[in-house]
Amino acid sequence: MKFSGTRRYVATDDLSMAVNAAITLQRPLLVKGEPGTGKTLLAEEIAGALNKPLLRWHIKSTTKAQQGLYEYDAVSRLRDSQLGDERVHDINNYIRKGVLWQAFEAEQQPVLLIDEIDKADIEFPNDLLHELDKMEFAVYETGEVVSARNRPIIIITSNNEKELPDPFLRRCFFHYISFPDRDTLKQIIQVHFPDIESKLVREALEVFFRLREINQLKKKPSTSELIDWLKLILADQIPADVLASTDAASAMPPLYGALLKNEQDVHMLQRLAFLARREAR
Amino acid sequence: MLVDFFTTLRRGQLPVSLRELLDLINALQAGVADMDMDDFYLLARTCLVKDEKYYDRFDRTFAAYFNNLQLQGDITDALIPQHWLDSDFIKQLSQEERDQIEALGGLDKLLETLRERLEEQKERHSGGSKWIGTGGTSPFGHSGFNPEGIRIGGQSKHKRAVKVWEKREFRNLDDSLQLGTRNIKVALRKLRKFARTGAADQLDLDDTIRSTAHNAGLLDLKMVPERHNAAKVILLFDVGGSMDPFIRTCEELFSAARSEFKHLEYFYFHNCVYEKVWRDNQRRFSEGIPTLDLLHTYGRDYRVIFVGDAAMSPYELSMAGGSVEHMNDEPGQIWLQRILDTWEKTVWLNPAQPHYWQYTQSTQMIRQQLNGHMYPLTVAGIEAATRHLSR
Repeated sequence: MKFSGTRRYVATDDLSMAVNAAITLQRPLLVKGEPGTGKTLLAEEIAGALNKPLLRWHIKSTTKAQQGLYEYDAVSRLRDSQLGDERVHDINNYIRKGVLWQAFEAEQQPVLLIDEIDKADIEFPNDLLHELDKMEFAVYETGEVVSARNRPIIIITSNNEKELPDPFLRRCFFHYISFPDRDTLKQIIQVHFPDIESKLVREALEVFFRLREINQLKKKPSTSELIDWLKLILADQIPADVLASTDAASAMPPLYGALLKNEQDVHMLQRLAFLARREAR
Repeated sequence: MLVDFFTTLRRGQLPVSLRELLDLINALQAGVADMDMDDFYLLARTCLVKDEKYYDRFDRTFAAYFNNLQLQGDITDALIPQHWLDSDFIKQLSQEERDQIEALGGLDKLLETLRERLEEQKERHSGGSKWIGTGGTSPFGHSGFNPEGIRIGGQSKHKRAVKVWEKREFRNLDDSLQLGTRNIKVALRKLRKFARTGAADQLDLDDTIRSTAHNAGLLDLKMVPERHNAAKVILLFDVGGSMDPFIRTCEELFSAARSEFKHLEYFYFHNCVYEKVWRDNQRRFSEGIPTLDLLHTYGRDYRVIFVGDAAMSPYELSMAGGSVEHMNDEPGQIWLQRILDTWEKTVWLNPAQPHYWQYTQSTQMIRQQLNGHMYPLTVAGIEAATRHLSR
């Protein structure tokens, strides 16, 4: 049961190593990296490759750790009691299972994705320490103890908006997905567009890397932007020569809207192009 | 053997704990990695390092351990200071010259010599054929050429590549370095720590109880909106003169702070705060704002962050009329003290490197006046400053 990328996902050696270590030792894997380098996709692909169900838990700024375990809906029970509903006598009717509970009681070992953990309150990771370590928790309302039948494979992603507490980090394995180099990028493109012309790829990568080299960009385009951009280029049937002729110095790359997501970045690129044109004269 | 490795990592100031070492041993026993150096490197990094800002430190320590380099105290000191290696020229060598350069013997010998040179060499060096520095044909340093060279920092020009951990790809993720485009974002997100005061609670219980009672006991839910970032910040920027090299950094700090805080007021001053500050550098002489107004306008719950290198003539701080550009009735120190008295939470962020602070008398004076709350304008510095502000 080794993970080494899939047909649709190129995993570098260091990434597969981290994933395999986490699976073997049954530890959560914390994945960080630039936006758009495939952190969230990783969990989906692991689930696909190992043929396991995937459970997602998307974290928001208001998410509490308790919501991942279960929620006791006291308010609707109160309302039911006032309306004289029969359900009110069984407290289990008002306990809603969270994602972790579902993962713990799953028949088959699932892959659990905890997405963007840094979005939550600072205390959030601390509240999950015991649950992730022992893979069990108690339900206060019923006294039941829920423990994992099969320890799920847990993938946690973070965008670095908050620093995670040390005790939490100690319980995880960690991997930083660095931006892929040219060869890896070529592989990734090959995986997504098997029929693409190699000349087009070469020219597109040329434009792409030149764009990434501009230091002042607020949001550098990353892998997912590159893929979207290539999709558009293929859809519009833009030939490789057009890309070759548009070196960043003389004009904007075609369909730049897919690469630059920020108005200021577009303005800056236009300014740079203008300066370069003036110099060339 | 791993115990040695572990203690080396700890000496290299990596925050690794016993638990992580046990993890690594477990992983090795479980056969996750083949018994080969590259795999071991990857596995060790996965198990032991929990933040990308330590990747670079890990790479260096790993290399040092496996090259049997003696670590002397702090590993960063043991390696070459960065400024020796800033590339100022690239020596173009002809093929003939290259042929003339002869190898200096095996790797062991090179390392041996490097260690000796390191001990001998005390200053920056460029060109030449013996000392560590840039260009040149010495086997140590970078951008130069020697058939069997050891590259220390810098970009490889002649593609004599070494091991992964020696590439040091993660160098700019180390947070003790000055801020960069990526680092500043992360750093200011840390300012949010004190901005968010507890998670939001949306059910207004008091109002619900009151309203339910009014409603003859039938439940009537009342909700309140989520609480938002309530931190109030005044940023005071030093502009002009000695601050020119730091403009970029300050801009980045400013733009990040502006997106982070709803209540952000910013003003400029030159060298030290006197009776006037201003908002627009173009119209600073016509549209100054009296500092007294500032003191009276903004409440005590504001946090004040000075950004400046605090490098000026000591007279600017201690004497009336000491300012470099106008006749001030009261010395800078008095104005600074007024600000400190009004806003208890005040810090000074200094873009100059901390080890230069002691050489500037004015920096020392300001630091003392702020009870030591002067922090370097680095990720780690901002973090320390926000910790003080949020206390």
